[in-house]
Amino acid sequence: MSNGKWNAFVTPLVGDNPITLQVLGVCSALAVTKTLATALIMSAAVISVITVSSGAISLIRHHMPRNVRLIIQITIIATLVIVVDQVLKAFAYSLSKQLSVFVGLIVTNCIILGRAEAFAMRNRVPESVLDGLGNGMGYAWILIVVGAVRELFGAGTLLGFVVLQTTTMGGWYPPAALMLLPPSAFFIIGFLIWVIRTWKPEQVEKSEFRIQPDAERGNMP
Amino acid sequence: MTAFASLFVQAAFVENLALSFFLGMCMFLAVSRRVETALGLGLAVLAVQTITVPLNNLIHGYLLAEGALAWAGLADVDLSFLALLSFIGVIAAMVQIVEMTLERYLPAMHHALGIYLPLVTVNCAILGGSLFMVDRHYSFAESAVYGFGTGFGWLLAILALAGIREKLKYSDIPDGLQGMGMAFIIVGLISLGFLGFKGIHFG
Repeated sequence: MSNGKWNAFVTPLVGDNPITLQVLGVCSALAVTKTLATALIMSAAVISVITVSSGAISLIRHHMPRNVRLIIQITIIATLVIVVDQVLKAFAYSLSKQLSVFVGLIVTNCIILGRAEAFAMRNRVPESVLDGLGNGMGYAWILIVVGAVRELFGAGTLLGFVVLQTTTMGGWYPPAALMLLPPSAFFIIGFLIWVIRTWKPEQVEKSEFRIQPDAERGNMP
Repeated sequence: MTAFASLFVQAAFVENLALSFFLGMCMFLAVSRRVETALGLGLAVLAVQTITVPLNNLIHGYLLAEGALAWAGLADVDLSFLALLSFIGVIAAMVQIVEMTLERYLPAMHHALGIYLPLVTVNCAILGGSLFMVDRHYSFAESAVYGFGTGFGWLLAILALAGIREKLKYSDIPDGLQGMGMAFIIVGLISLGFLGFKGIHFG
């Protein structure tokens, strides 16, 4: 595989991650991570939609008039999302009920439109497909990490299997109910961003104001 | 009347779209550095939400739902799988119309909201509002109250976050948390506060 293609796939995983650096598509990342199962299904749905839509949009990019391109892109994405939604309803009905409106909201997931606009409109089909796949994966691993943490510490299970015996079942682990409530998702992603930016300091945002070092405490040059 | 008041409180506070359903988060985090811009975006969301939710309710009730086409003699046609596509179309068209109307009749307002209006099309809070409306089978009047309530709740939430972030830029934050990281944690804390509204209802 040539270098350019490899980069299109790898950079979105950590270096240019859609959620932690570009802050796109956060809504669904937070909402569907109560359990690992919903996070996995959502990841699969987003990866398939973004890969196919990037490829399709890249394929017809020379035939799209510039001023109606957004409508065309949204229509392609919405069509794919309807397909995914119908497939989920047919084969995983209870999970699709749990995901409720969030599968439909993949339409407005800014990662997908963002990649279509920023990458697929300017690059050839193979690169666009890989870029879509890479961004989908970058989105997916964050979702899976958050989903696993929330389910493990909130309910003591992973994918429904008991890992930590909770006290209600006669075990030793008192479940942290906060993990199942919305605020915990914000905290986990916040700390995940902290971890990634400590690892890759070039992602740190510059603060608008720097606190001056205290001159009176000495250490003057 | 109390039913509507209760629905409004529920839509605006108890089930705040931004803080308990995480809808419209991308923009919520990206456009909350300053109170002025947050107010502009919040008002744009409020306006579009108040119009599109009842409008989509009519479209769903008279065109798309199972048996809705009975008035045209097509009682056994079910077009509900087209809901997503038509809702997003209605939202995009509505945003365009609101923008053109403001430009013609309220140029000052258009100048203030201009850049945010197109962004509102891809705000998931708007589409989410319409999808929840279908999910919960609201009537036309209920959907109007729900649309206004959710828009108002979103406006409040983004104003609160922007106010805090404006003060926050003078504080000494660890490098890795600077900016987005801290914003997430602040939203978490606000969301924790909004949990306190759970259990409030009238009548």
